[in-house]
Amino acid sequence: MTYIAIIITFVLIENFILTQFLGLCPFIGVSRNIDSAVGMGFAVIFVMSMASLTTWAVYNLILLPLGIAYLQTITFILVIATLVQFVEMIIQKTSPPLYKALGIYLPLITTNCAVMGIALIAVRKEFNAFESFVAGFAAGVGFLLAILVMASLREKLDSEWVPKPFKGIPIAFVTAGLMALAFMAFDKALLKNLIG
Amino acid sequence: MLKEFTKGIIKENPIFIILLGLCPALAVSTQVVNALGMGAGVIFVLLGSNIFVSLLKDFIPKKIRIPAYIVIIASFVTIVDLVMQAYAPALSRNLGVFVQLIVVNCIILGRAEAFANKNNLSRSILDALGMGIGFTLGLLLISLIREVLGAGTITLLPIGNFNGVIRIPGLYSAPVRVIALATGALLVMGYLKALFNWFEQRKKREIGVEGSSS
Repeated sequence: MTYIAIIITFVLIENFILTQFLGLCPFIGVSRNIDSAVGMGFAVIFVMSMASLTTWAVYNLILLPLGIAYLQTITFILVIATLVQFVEMIIQKTSPPLYKALGIYLPLITTNCAVMGIALIAVRKEFNAFESFVAGFAAGVGFLLAILVMASLREKLDSEWVPKPFKGIPIAFVTAGLMALAFMAFDKALLKNLIG
Repeated sequence: MLKEFTKGIIKENPIFIILLGLCPALAVSTQVVNALGMGAGVIFVLLGSNIFVSLLKDFIPKKIRIPAYIVIIASFVTIVDLVMQAYAPALSRNLGVFVQLIVVNCIILGRAEAFANKNNLSRSILDALGMGIGFTLGLLLISLIREVLGAGTITLLPIGNFNGVIRIPGLYSAPVRVIALATGALLVMGYLKALFNWFEQRKKREIGVEGSSS
């Protein structure tokens, strides 16, 4: 796959939230207002690009040569957890304003299925190092796109009348469902038309 | 004691009430058999992690408890993944990456942190079974709705001559396909959650009316 194809695939066609349901918890939980959605989105982009690159290195340079690929699940989750801690510490020391903006979202990301998901999917698709990195970045951008649209819709929804049982989470799910319907327009045919 | 078991099934149902573990719940709910497989995997991992966390709670230092829990959970997930690949390859292919993703399922870490590290072994086992069954029932409900409406079939395990697929006349020839797609999962989840909210609000109102009349 060319890099452009990978980007289009992970941002639009296989959008992690709206077609794969990866990262649904923060998507519903942190999409109440636009500011926190943007913060979460950028934190996810950052961690996903780093995580897919790191797990690629761990899998191909350590696990495969040693013949212990079955330890994939354990090593990946530990690598991701460590990475998130590490990123948090570095940001805290080097850039306090960035830490202030992203800080509270970083610990939440460890148990975000999207990060673990991109690491596992990149291995399954047998991407090389740079392809893994691009895929992680693109999947993160897809997450940001979806959560940003969702947060804007939910801010509007707050001032509208919603039937009482639907208030809060249920209407968020129905909104996400309609967004997924719109995203169905992006399919493999689109990729063919764009790239040929 | 029995309360620890039953609370997970309805009152604190992981999917509909505390909204944990949604990613796999929606992604694998296209067929009933997937829901059963996923449910079995989650029950096993939850049971294993709750037992070990409860037994080791006095030995794990407070500061590194989360990484320790994650290693315990990841070990059980690896067992489930390898067993499923060996004995149920078709199911393993259907569930794909979501078997390994049980490791980041919030229910399991949530129960370890909120319950098993404060309670004894027998309570932790009951809690794991209750939560696991509650999760499976929630998953079954979503997948039953999605498969019946979206494909007009109910896929169960093949036994003997029975190939495991029940066809629903009428719906099989003209299913509502959109329910089987990603959109359908989110819509079904939204409507089910609204239904649960409606029941809860009605119950509260009834209690309120009784309280004021007495």
